Amino acid sequence: MTTATQDVQKEAAPLFGKKEKKVLVDPFWDNNPITLQVLGICSALAITSQLRPTLVMCVALTTVVAGSNVVISMIRNYIPSKIRIIVMLAVVSTLVTLVDQLLKAYSFDMSKKLSVFVGLIITNCIVLGRAEAFAMANKPWPSLLDGIGNGLGYSIILVLVATCREILGAGKLLGFQIIPESMYQAGYVDFGLMILPPGAFIFLGLIIWVQKQSSKQFEV
Amino acid sequence: MLDLISVATKAIFIENILLSFFLGMCSFLACSKKIDTAVGLGLAVIFVLGVTTPINWVINEFLLKDGALAWAGFPYVNLSFLQFISFIAVIAAVVQLVEMIMDKFAPALYQALGIFLPLIAVNCAILGASLFMVGVKKYDFAESTVFGLSSGIGWFLAIVAMAAIRQKMQYSNVPMGLRGLGITMLITGLMALGFMSFIGINI
Repeated sequence: MTTATQDVQKEAAPLFGKKEKKVLVDPFWDNNPITLQVLGICSALAITSQLRPTLVMCVALTTVVAGSNVVISMIRNYIPSKIRIIVMLAVVSTLVTLVDQLLKAYSFDMSKKLSVFVGLIITNCIVLGRAEAFAMANKPWPSLLDGIGNGLGYSIILVLVATCREILGAGKLLGFQIIPESMYQAGYVDFGLMILPPGAFIFLGLIIWVQKQSSKQFEV
Repeated sequence: MLDLISVATKAIFIENILLSFFLGMCSFLACSKKIDTAVGLGLAVIFVLGVTTPINWVINEFLLKDGALAWAGFPYVNLSFLQFISFIAVIAAVVQLVEMIMDKFAPALYQALGIFLPLIAVNCAILGASLFMVGVKKYDFAESTVFGLSSGIGWFLAIVAMAAIRQKMQYSNVPMGLRGLGITMLITGLMALGFMSFIGINI
């Protein structure tokens, strides 16, 4: 291909223009998959009592969403719409199996800690939701960006929840003591509820409140 | 018999699949606006869980587990990396099958549940129960069946209770930003707190 034709193509469809940027950045806050699209709540709550497993989970999920979006977008014209859910599930579960095997090989303790929740990425609504809503109707490149964007949007909320839960519930972050010993001697007690399931529900509820108040997207 | 009852109470109350493992949250939040739909979806989940958990147990025990293929002459084969894909295939197939059987023999029920059945295939509670059963709990066949059914019952209880609360809540004045998802999460938190009081019951 000559440089002239390349230039023409670039002008016709820039690789990373305004539209692509919007696709990538929108899910971070304005159209966040967890708080506004209500997708993928299960794992957002289950593994966020500590920050370290949360980070692993975020990387795993972002990889799977981006990967499945690209694959499904590439074969989107060959999928009969009647069996599309099964095709998507097959693609996603293959990717998740890969991630799970990698985790087991290189970080066995972590995979024990995350136990079934790595497997549950398959039924994480973000993955199927993005595949159905975006990848089935768009080209691979924007689909990749959309996958990464949504994965990161999910990660932002998870990291936020996990940081607060670990600091409040255990006084630690990534294993380091954050709340000084003198506080405990002065009578401070860890907020144990934060580690337990109800704390997760209530904390995420509060984050959703802040998020909706700030972006002014109200439900009636 | 006694340990089956213990498995059941554990799955329904103490370790409620929704309130302590957060499984099936998406459809729980999306379909708990009205009691009728909540009951329909809950029943469908009980049924699908009750069917898929034992099937997946059999598949895992005789095909996938480390050394499970000994009966076929391959004692050193470990296919457990195929767990995810075979479980989800079973679930999708069962859901499809249930849909067709219901359409043929119980059209009224099918009409009522119609839209929810396909949703169940991607409900994390279903896959979650199967994965818990083989990965964490290591139940035998009878226990797995009871575990599947009672996990479904626990989920049913939670979603119906939630739908009832949300229907009543239409008359209360919730702050704008909390409406919908926010207040639902807070209430679920309080419900989880209630269910936590069952911890310590031992049968």
